[in-house]
Amino acid sequence: MAPSEHPHDQTTAAGERPWFRAAPPVLGPGHTFESVTEKISAIVMTRRTPVGWFLGFAIAFAFLMLLNVTIGHLLLTGIGIWGNNIPVGWAFDIINFVWWIGIGHAGTLISAILLLFRQQWRTSINRFAEAMTLFAVACAAMFPLLHTGRPWLAAYWLFPYPNTMNLWPQFRSPLIWDVFAVSTYFTVSLLFWYTGLVPDMATLRDRAKSRSAAVIFGVLSLGWRGSARHWQRYEMAYLLLAAISTPLVLSVHSVVSFDFAVSVLPGWHATIFPPYFVAGAIYSGFAMVMTLAVPLRKFYGLEDFITMRHIHNMTKVMLVTGMIVAYGYANEAFFAWYSANPYEQYMMANRMGGPYAVMYWSLIAINAVMIQLFWFRRVRDNVMLLFVLSLFVNVGMWLERFIIIVTSLHRDFLPSSWDMYAPTRWDFAMFTGTIGLFLSLFFLFIRFLPAIAMFEMRTLVEEETHELERPGMV
Amino acid sequence: MPQIFRRSANSYARLSLLGALLLAGGLIGLIMAIGSSSYVTRANEFIEQPIQFSHLHHVGDDGIDCRYCHTSVESSPFAGIPPTKTCMNCHSQIWATAPFLEPVRSSFRDDRPLRWIRVHDLPDFVYFNHSIHVKKGMGCETCHGRIDEMPLVLQQNSLQMQWCLECHRAPEQFVRPRSEVFTMGYRPAVPQSVLGPQLVKEYGIQSLTSCSTCHR
Repeated sequence: MAPSEHPHDQTTAAGERPWFRAAPPVLGPGHTFESVTEKISAIVMTRRTPVGWFLGFAIAFAFLMLLNVTIGHLLLTGIGIWGNNIPVGWAFDIINFVWWIGIGHAGTLISAILLLFRQQWRTSINRFAEAMTLFAVACAAMFPLLHTGRPWLAAYWLFPYPNTMNLWPQFRSPLIWDVFAVSTYFTVSLLFWYTGLVPDMATLRDRAKSRSAAVIFGVLSLGWRGSARHWQRYEMAYLLLAAISTPLVLSVHSVVSFDFAVSVLPGWHATIFPPYFVAGAIYSGFAMVMTLAVPLRKFYGLEDFITMRHIHNMTKVMLVTGMIVAYGYANEAFFAWYSANPYEQYMMANRMGGPYAVMYWSLIAINAVMIQLFWFRRVRDNVMLLFVLSLFVNVGMWLERFIIIVTSLHRDFLPSSWDMYAPTRWDFAMFTGTIGLFLSLFFLFIRFLPAIAMFEMRTLVEEETHELERPGMV
Repeated sequence: MPQIFRRSANSYARLSLLGALLLAGGLIGLIMAIGSSSYVTRANEFIEQPIQFSHLHHVGDDGIDCRYCHTSVESSPFAGIPPTKTCMNCHSQIWATAPFLEPVRSSFRDDRPLRWIRVHDLPDFVYFNHSIHVKKGMGCETCHGRIDEMPLVLQQNSLQMQWCLECHRAPEQFVRPRSEVFTMGYRPAVPQSVLGPQLVKEYGIQSLTSCSTCHR
């Protein structure tokens, strides 16, 4: 990347740094329509697949195979291979479910809410963030299904349809709300992602060298010719889908939090849960976007498209949502004390000083203390550090779910039923296996589909040029 | 640049939308149809027994009461399969030397029970009690069909949960006077819509649809 010539970055005549620094641009300088399209489509069409891609895919695929083995063993043996017990009947399966679903939320926030608020910086990260959403939801959905032990029977446990038992699911249970929330979420996310892909599919079709590629992308582009009528309808459809997705950003994780909040268990039965879960979801989702974006822009040289502006903004979103999550922790502790309820108080004391205290304090260290680093511009400028910190945030949010689920379950009202929970190797195999699935899908996605929305980036070229030409800006 | 697709591709694309809907709907419909078909429920399937015992002959022609053989139907969950001795009550006198009945006689001689094949086999996770159903005025015929017309007994109903619930949710549709429980080909003297609710009240029949009624 050439040294920045963007007007915003210029220092004053005297050479001192201005007291106010404008944000870095959303698109690197010197790009034309042609160069944007060429650079993004080359990853799919013309560039040799880098060795690193094969290496990364091989590792991810190995973990995907581990997932297959685990599921096979699980179906043949039963969920006794996991560490779940009574009282901790929900453990890794629901921890990982919530973790993955939460990660997906950043994709929807970026694609829907930021679109409606006309945040241009969403443009280069929305495509792969939406893909991340889809893959994360696929990983998440696997856990409750396999937790049933007999997923082939899950159809009538989960979906209301006229079955031979004349039996309907329990509509008063949050678990059935989950089914509707997550399946709606997946469907809308898929439609949104695919609708956004259509014009780019047409670009790839037109640039295809081989006939087979032209036919495949031709079918996928659904006959897109880029006429004014097409664009008019496209814009309308995209806006409508954004409007449909927007409530989902808030509703899906609220419903997931009801799995806990609707019960009467100390540590779960709290009104703060829905907003606290939604903030946590967006927080962990942006951490995952960061985790994916940093290597992506580095290895494919996309620093002009995923600029420091994006990195800064994602960090700021993480800071805000992380602070809301930290407020949630404080709130939980306060209300445990304020409730004057011995069970609530014991729950909190057990979290802070019980057998899982190390995990509780780790999550506080990450989600409440570590994120304060994001206040500093020098931290926000250090991409490698942000990558490492985003990994920590992923871990911290996983620990949060572990603490919420395990500490509340393992010591509830009745001391005679207390027990300890420890995961088995199959718990870890299943979890790392879904990470393998997620990364395998992501590797395939960046190789075979445009990871950045080309046509939306082209609109930025236009605006960037105009901005330079506008008088008084320089 | 030459066109990749012919004009007709547009029609195929639209048709494929319809086709996908029909395929998905058809597949779901097919699975549901198979699920309630006799292929799965094994209803109306003849089952070979060790002896060609005919209910048509013994019940229909001879008029033997159900309880002569199924002795425990009024007092226990299981209606009871008769011991060979019950057969020999008559068959030591009539058809006493028929080669056809040799398995019965050898069972009696060697004191080894005949191994009848169960026709109405409920899953093990279902608790079913004959005696309470008989006591509350449920006719044999309601579930088992016209046994007096079956040379070889077959399962006439699906025994699926929706079939159980049909009655458990609205017992007044099927209840009959206690005196008619063992009658085959029963017709209510007054319309069922009048008699049913009366009997439900008289016998104190509850509509039991809680899970643990049957799944204990």
